[in-house]
Amino acid sequence: MTESGSLVPSSSQTVGPYFRIGLKPLDRRPAEAHETSARTVEIRGKVLDGGGLPVPDAMLEFWGANSSGIYAGAASEPSGCPAGFHRVATDDAGSFSLTTLKPGPVPAGAGTQAPHLVVLVFARGLLRNLVTRVYFSDEPANAADLVLSQVPEDRRRTIIASANSHNSSLFHWSVILQGKDETAFFAW
Amino acid sequence: MLNGVTVPTAIPGTQPEFHFPPYVSSIARSPRMPLVLLPETLSERAGPVFGRGLIRVNDNDLTAQHESQPLGERIFVHGRVLDEGGRPVRGALVEVWQANAAGRYRHKVDGHDAPLDPNFSGAGRMLTDDEGRYWFKTIKPGAYPWNNHDNAWRPAHIHFSLFGAGILSRLVTQMYFPGDPLQPLDPIFNSIPDEGARNRLISSLDMTRAQPHYALAYAFDIVLRGRDDTPFEETRR
Repeated sequence: MTESGSLVPSSSQTVGPYFRIGLKPLDRRPAEAHETSARTVEIRGKVLDGGGLPVPDAMLEFWGANSSGIYAGAASEPSGCPAGFHRVATDDAGSFSLTTLKPGPVPAGAGTQAPHLVVLVFARGLLRNLVTRVYFSDEPANAADLVLSQVPEDRRRTIIASANSHNSSLFHWSVILQGKDETAFFAW
Repeated sequence: MLNGVTVPTAIPGTQPEFHFPPYVSSIARSPRMPLVLLPETLSERAGPVFGRGLIRVNDNDLTAQHESQPLGERIFVHGRVLDEGGRPVRGALVEVWQANAAGRYRHKVDGHDAPLDPNFSGAGRMLTDDEGRYWFKTIKPGAYPWNNHDNAWRPAHIHFSLFGAGILSRLVTQMYFPGDPLQPLDPIFNSIPDEGARNRLISSLDMTRAQPHYALAYAFDIVLRGRDDTPFEETRR
């Protein structure tokens, strides 16, 4: 108990190396989303540790709004998985790929936030999950985003996926768990 | 614009630090730069709400997913998922996974020389009911060796994954069993500094739910971050 009527949240423990047994990929394919105006994008990258080694047993969960900046309500479609939620695991080379609909600007107070996905990072060795976001390099709105502006300027690039120079629907973004290019993670 | 509201951070001591050297895997995988305070926005308050379509028959009966019953001690596990205000978290997705009775996971990287059980996959999935309750039937997992340090053994545990209201209420944890002498030796269990918080990950034997001549029962309640601020009173515990 912390204060009257208040319970302490349960403690986190690592997902360990065998999470694939219980945490199956969860994904709703963009084709099911009925959003004709939406643009499909792919984010490709790796999860790397402090020694630059790939992390083959990491899991990423992405949570994003639709192209109008609205987050999905309760899943009603047969899959049971709401649009905008994706769970992917890294492969033996520490690589992952996410295909999703690019989110629109999300409301914030009187303004909006730049398009982004909330990202949770889980892995053997992580006793709690990490929380970050991924933005898109082709969005001018990044410059005024209220969350990006909280991140020290020299680290902002660590949470902005860069558009591929030949394919504008392909973005590159890696999660660096530790070191000089460490991804900006949020306190929570 | 947002009145400077930031996402509240954990109560000191109740969550593990990312860098906990006795757990060797944390050394190269823990961030070292300061975490950035996150302003609370719609993106953090929203979260995925999963539906029945995700749940298949026998997803909460790990003893009935194959032709025959798995070997080992059959048990029930049940509990409530509550928010910080003590209110039930309804429709929460609960996913569980575990080793079999011999301490072996059905996973390609588990090299422990213990038998796999053809009748046990070790995975379950359920949604909490309107009172925030979940329950499943399984077999008691065995302890198993790992490479963290010399003669290291994990205490028996079941992995739990939960989603509550809002993406930041997400929790992955492990449920332990009462009276397991391996707990004081386990760096993962002991990564939680606060003894009370640590002990809340140990389930309790629940004879009120044990079924005579069939199976014992263990109770394990889980508290997720955040609170439902709807202004009516719910039963509190």
